[in-house]
Amino acid sequence: MTAALRFDPIRLPPECEALRKDVRAFLAEEVAAGTFDPHRPQREGNDARGFSRRVGARGWLGMTWPKQYGGHERSFLERYVVTEEMRVANAPTRHFFVADRQSGPVLLKYAPEHIKMDILPRICRGEVCFAIGMSEPNSGSDLFAAKTKATKTDGGWLINGSKIWTSSAHVADYMIAIFRTSPSTKENRRHGLTQFLVDMKTPGIAVNPIRQITGQAEFNEVVFTDAFVPDDHVLGEIDGAWKQATSELAYERSGPERFLETYYVLTELVRAVGLNPDTRAAEGIGRLVAQLHTMRRMSVSVAGMLQAGKEPVVEASIVKDIGTVWEQQLPHRVRDLAAFVDTDPSNHATLADQLAFATKVAPKLTIQGGTTEVLRGIIARGLGLR
Amino acid sequence: MADNDNIVVATAERIFADLADPQTVTHSKDASWRAPLWQALSEAGLPLSWVPENCNGSGASLADGFGVINAAGRAGLSVPLAETMLAGWLLAQAGIASPSDAMTVAPSLPKDRITLNDDGTLSGVARGIPFASEARHIAVVANGANGLAIALVTTADCRITAGLNLASDASDTVTFDKVRPVAIKPAPREFDATALLLMGGVARSLQIAGALESMLEISVGYANERVAFEKKIAKFQAVQHNLAKLAGEAAAALAAASSAADAIANASRFGDAIFLEAVGAKIRCAEAAEKGAAIAHQVHGAIGFTSEHILHRYTMRALAWRDDFGNESHWAVELGKRVAARGADELWPLVASR
Repeated sequence: MTAALRFDPIRLPPECEALRKDVRAFLAEEVAAGTFDPHRPQREGNDARGFSRRVGARGWLGMTWPKQYGGHERSFLERYVVTEEMRVANAPTRHFFVADRQSGPVLLKYAPEHIKMDILPRICRGEVCFAIGMSEPNSGSDLFAAKTKATKTDGGWLINGSKIWTSSAHVADYMIAIFRTSPSTKENRRHGLTQFLVDMKTPGIAVNPIRQITGQAEFNEVVFTDAFVPDDHVLGEIDGAWKQATSELAYERSGPERFLETYYVLTELVRAVGLNPDTRAAEGIGRLVAQLHTMRRMSVSVAGMLQAGKEPVVEASIVKDIGTVWEQQLPHRVRDLAAFVDTDPSNHATLADQLAFATKVAPKLTIQGGTTEVLRGIIARGLGLR
Repeated sequence: MADNDNIVVATAERIFADLADPQTVTHSKDASWRAPLWQALSEAGLPLSWVPENCNGSGASLADGFGVINAAGRAGLSVPLAETMLAGWLLAQAGIASPSDAMTVAPSLPKDRITLNDDGTLSGVARGIPFASEARHIAVVANGANGLAIALVTTADCRITAGLNLASDASDTVTFDKVRPVAIKPAPREFDATALLLMGGVARSLQIAGALESMLEISVGYANERVAFEKKIAKFQAVQHNLAKLAGEAAAALAAASSAADAIANASRFGDAIFLEAVGAKIRCAEAAEKGAAIAHQVHGAIGFTSEHILHRYTMRALAWRDDFGNESHWAVELGKRVAARGADELWPLVASR
């Protein structure tokens, strides 16, 4: 039972530090060129596509994938370094992030060879953007209640229904989605869903943006009306998506993006309190740094497990549970600690702007990619309680 | 760090299981279980794990010793094993041979100072010294006119004011009134004034992490047995989520403590990075102790609040260990000051360096 509590102290190997320097230098060039402003995460920038290609050109996409598909056969720990440096810098990763983290590994495992040869090298070059079609208007956390239908037709399937809260669908080239191919059975309510690769240029797909409380519109409603998906775009077993969905979760849930989403407010707090903070601010910062350090060590440890070929689903759920609750609370803790800081406008304006943005982003962090409640259910199952 | 494949740790675990069984210890009316336990630990060479073989120790690696201390936490052990190990380690820093009986270390609180007088005697007060009243010797870090010294003192030469921690283990005030040490040597030049506190703090972090693992195991076991409202309480989502949180706290404590132990075991000096690892672990483990103990008790209901039940052996010790070698508030302030002094843009490089 305590097997889930093995978080071995994995250290990043020396090659990671050379890589980290390269990534920092690259990001500094991008900042100098005006691609993004690391101090203004609320500004989306308009060159995410170009940035994606330049990251691909550096060899930092598909890092762990086989070379025959354009990958670089590097370690999960090296990928980890690239991911965390980009996140801390507030780099505009949205064009490639889903494809690199999640969609590529799914294609590698389940797509037919000719599709792998076609799409994976383009992901590695930073050319294609992916979306994930899971939630529907009447099914979110209860993934296996999805109703959007795939009906067999000549040479493929016709899709009807809608997905919702789909990040990047408005710019995505492809979506990996689950659709209902059979009703669920009495014995297995998870039966009957199949995973598909969908080309977003397919006729019969309408994408309607949804404005969020941050003012951004990064997620969407996607409506399918007789959209045709060819047979070779089925990923894995028909009616058996439930067997495939869980192994992805370890990739999705344990990365540095699961606790660094609002990190910038901590940096800015340290800047605002200056070199000699009072006891209250020092204690608050010290605790936050200790918590941050601990989560990162846990997260690196999970990357080490992935590298060792394990499927640390429970460990990854623990990292995401603790990490997302922390990054959600962070803007509120920083607000507390900044309450008595001298409001020198030169240092405080940035912090105030960042806090406003981070506080608005915060509610989604414990919802997206598996809610806190779902995660705790997975951990409880791992403990033998369910 | 449950290295059951590690022979040193496995030896310790076997002795704990045979001679420090929590049920037996909890129901024992006297301290008769202590002598055979200590004898077995001594025969296995565990108290002097960190003393080189040419000084009568067993010369185990730092990593193996940390594994033993983590296992002692899992067992809720209430004899001065970690303290004797720390004392042996401290004395070895100055090349002082260790005596063969139980020891402890001083100071434990960051503000306490023991002064080395010009006449070679020691003066000062050290509060919260674990097991001082049960140890024959104390290994001391003293501040002299020419820098730090490491000394071995006989407990009988000091004035001991007995105290108890939350778990009713001895936690005493030791007064050094011109005490002449049995042995004293200058600390090596690279020995930092906070080194003992950091080393002790990592030991306590590993013990807390171990205790949390046991709290989790006992609580999950109980939830799978106890029936309420006609079903096992493990089947209630509210209980499941509480236990999931306890698992997260135990995991965080273990990750932080194991990382700090690994960092110290492989470090040549105590710089900012080791400081972050060691005090980061102490802060996070102390926080986990508070949250974890509360959940373990909540799951157990009234039975866990009885002295008869074994749960308090782990919960009260985990809470008590927060106070030794600098509590989390102290270290958070020190860490926060260091972070601020390095500057905002140096925070991430520090975190990422681990």
